[in-house]
Amino acid sequence: MEVAAPQAAVPVIELVGVSKRFGAIQALKEVDLSLYAGEVHALVGENGAGKSTLVKILAGVHRPDRGLLKINGEAVELRSPAQAQAVGIAVIHQEPTLFPDLDVAENVFMGHQPRDRLGRIDWRRMYREVEQLLQSLGVELNVYLPVRGLSVADRQLVEIARALSQDARVLIMDEPTASLSPREVEDLFTIVEQLRARQVAILFVSHRLEEVFRLASRVTVLRDGQRVITAPAQDLTPEETVRHMVGRELAALFPKEEAAVGEVVLEVRHLSRAGVFRDVSFQLRRGEILGLAGLVGAGRTEVARVLFGIDQAESGEILVDGRPVSIRSPRDAMRYGIAYVPEDRHQQGLVLDFSIARNITLSILQRVARFSLIRSRQELKIAADYAERLRVRGGRLTQPVRALSGGNQQKVVLGKWLATEPRILILDEPTRGIDIGAKAEVHRIISELAARGLAILLISSELPEILAMSDRVLVMHEGCVTGLFSRTEADQEKVMLAATGQNRQSR
Amino acid sequence: MSTTTTRVEESRGRVRPGGKRLVALVGRVRELGLIVVLLVIVALVGLQTPRFLTPGNFEQILLSIAILAIVAVGETMVILTRNVDLSVGSTVGMTAFVCADVLKNHPQTPVILIILLGCALGAVLGAVNGLIVALGRVPAIVATLGTLYLYRGLDSYIAGGTQVSAYDVPDSFLSLATTHILGVPALIVFAAAIALIFAYLLRATRTGRELYALGSNPEAARLAGLRAERLIFLTFLLCGLLSGFAGVLWGARFATVDSGAATGLELQVIAAVVVGGVNIFGGSGTILGAMLGAIVLGTIDNALTLLKLSQFWLQAIDGAAILAAVTLDALITRWLQHRLRGGRQR
Repeated sequence: MEVAAPQAAVPVIELVGVSKRFGAIQALKEVDLSLYAGEVHALVGENGAGKSTLVKILAGVHRPDRGLLKINGEAVELRSPAQAQAVGIAVIHQEPTLFPDLDVAENVFMGHQPRDRLGRIDWRRMYREVEQLLQSLGVELNVYLPVRGLSVADRQLVEIARALSQDARVLIMDEPTASLSPREVEDLFTIVEQLRARQVAILFVSHRLEEVFRLASRVTVLRDGQRVITAPAQDLTPEETVRHMVGRELAALFPKEEAAVGEVVLEVRHLSRAGVFRDVSFQLRRGEILGLAGLVGAGRTEVARVLFGIDQAESGEILVDGRPVSIRSPRDAMRYGIAYVPEDRHQQGLVLDFSIARNITLSILQRVARFSLIRSRQELKIAADYAERLRVRGGRLTQPVRALSGGNQQKVVLGKWLATEPRILILDEPTRGIDIGAKAEVHRIISELAARGLAILLISSELPEILAMSDRVLVMHEGCVTGLFSRTEADQEKVMLAATGQNRQSR
Repeated sequence: MSTTTTRVEESRGRVRPGGKRLVALVGRVRELGLIVVLLVIVALVGLQTPRFLTPGNFEQILLSIAILAIVAVGETMVILTRNVDLSVGSTVGMTAFVCADVLKNHPQTPVILIILLGCALGAVLGAVNGLIVALGRVPAIVATLGTLYLYRGLDSYIAGGTQVSAYDVPDSFLSLATTHILGVPALIVFAAAIALIFAYLLRATRTGRELYALGSNPEAARLAGLRAERLIFLTFLLCGLLSGFAGVLWGARFATVDSGAATGLELQVIAAVVVGGVNIFGGSGTILGAMLGAIVLGTIDNALTLLKLSQFWLQAIDGAAILAAVTLDALITRWLQHRLRGGRQR
């Protein structure tokens, strides 16, 4: 065993050589992980490193393709969330999943309410036990309150109480602090300490390294679905941990073409939106690709949504060509030449049952239509032009988009927005979920677009992509800009440190 | 440690004096509101027509909604789980005809057997709904719209254009609807007993609470290990069973039954449930509320007849009552949410 067991010889729960694949993506590869009673074990990794998949396997939501799950040394198979609970595994979700219409006590005991001899629910005992449970955690929460009105922090407490009411021996906390205020985080930590003292084994999934190093006794780092290291927390520094988290392969990426960077077309000054991001400022120039890096929840997509008029900023300015503009709707944004390719192609970018041609011309119907009637020949002509330029493969233009591969679907989305002839293009995770070959091609297209004078804001969670494509890299952490690097300055470690907020002290 | 704990309490300050009482009150506010509405109607109409305020008239009102109320108990359970059963009218119609028809051909059949037959037939029809929705995963509104027509079609096929009249069936059967228990009409006693029993079961059993949980957040229910399919199947089964029993009573009450019996009943039932504050999107509401909803609609109905207003007004006012109830429900939910969140910053 590489790390001395803190308390017991046998881990409460252990994963041995667990692998899981979703389609073309290997989410987990031969991962080992052990949790001991009374330890807080941190699980860290970049976006997409496989943390969520691992949590879902432990929670009984997914089943591993290969590998074993052992509880107290015995192999078990978890077929459902209910089964995971039955063996003592409880999950505290980032956004708690509770019953809004029912009160705190019922939420805690749903499915295992105390009953009297006649099989009736013993309501008095139930309320009393929940009150005691919460009291033992040092929290005062009105057990008669419906959960509907509780804050995220309070709802997490209800979930924790629920786990304790089921005598959970393993508590998995999935990014529990993501939507808590600093004070609520402190309160939560107090409770985590108590649970540790009660010999609960805790898996703490987080990308906030300062929290990890405050709480955890051991740290496991995942990268690209593989375990990089498991080590006692005191043997690691935040810098080392970041180094373990990054270091992805740079192969199969299409480096950006050199392009003449021109005048500023978009400027953002002190843009803030309460609870999402604050004081965001940057400039974007003609022919430039500005990479926007950060971890999930850093506020990047939220900034993009404001720039495209989906949400409104509460303060700050947006300038297009040096003139302040007010963007109150996507329609406004399009008028200023801004296009936004959202992350979720299926929900926001494409109508899957429409043909390739119709999808491409969807946002420029006025050019295709005469007297409100769509002229098919015109539609096909325009669509053919963009499909050709983007090399959309996989069928005739009249074929529904549903039949295309992920990469080709993404090209259709790009074509749709390019048809509006934008000057500013915001791309949100343009290569997520598409295969390597298509990825390189999307990169080539983005690079060509910049070369032709488009100003591009590229949001991506993949550091190599950001580093390879961007002229400059802007980094956000929890709603704030924490770094701005030129192409030559930027490297994985610097960006990752900024993305985890580790460079704050030094700034 | 202890200092942090104190700060926890200070910073959250969740338990305000009287907080529990306030919440307990708003929890019941929907039923309270209905009672107020009911009293207002009674007072206003009573001033106009003194005859409205007689005990005999109140008995008349309750009698007029008793059968509907029994079906509404089943419908409430279905709606609590985020589903709906549109086929209850057809189920009542079919069981009413089948039971009356069996008696016509075999007048010696004991009434208790007829009641069991009606309940069993209803349960089978409900189970079919439950299977389609729970296992077939067809949206309930579509599935039961289908069975609404299917069951009515079967009913017409069985009836073949015939009807059963009062003189075709024995008096013992008809007396189900006319007899009194301790001075109260049996129909009212049946309805009240069923409502009380199911209200109690919903409150006192795990299964009852699980129906609320399932409707409140299906995903969380799954994570909590509840067996959604079984629960949904169960509610449709019970709804069918109660509709079957209601069908037997329908046959006894109206004596003359053809294949068109109880057509459109489903909409009245859903109206009563919704006016009674049961959330059409599941998760909240009570059987007591649904009963009050039925009584409010029945009272409006009765008042309009006594005031000699046309049937046209009756439907318009029923419609207005439904809209008012649903709007009020939405407003109260939003208010509750706002009020409970109020003052606490995230």
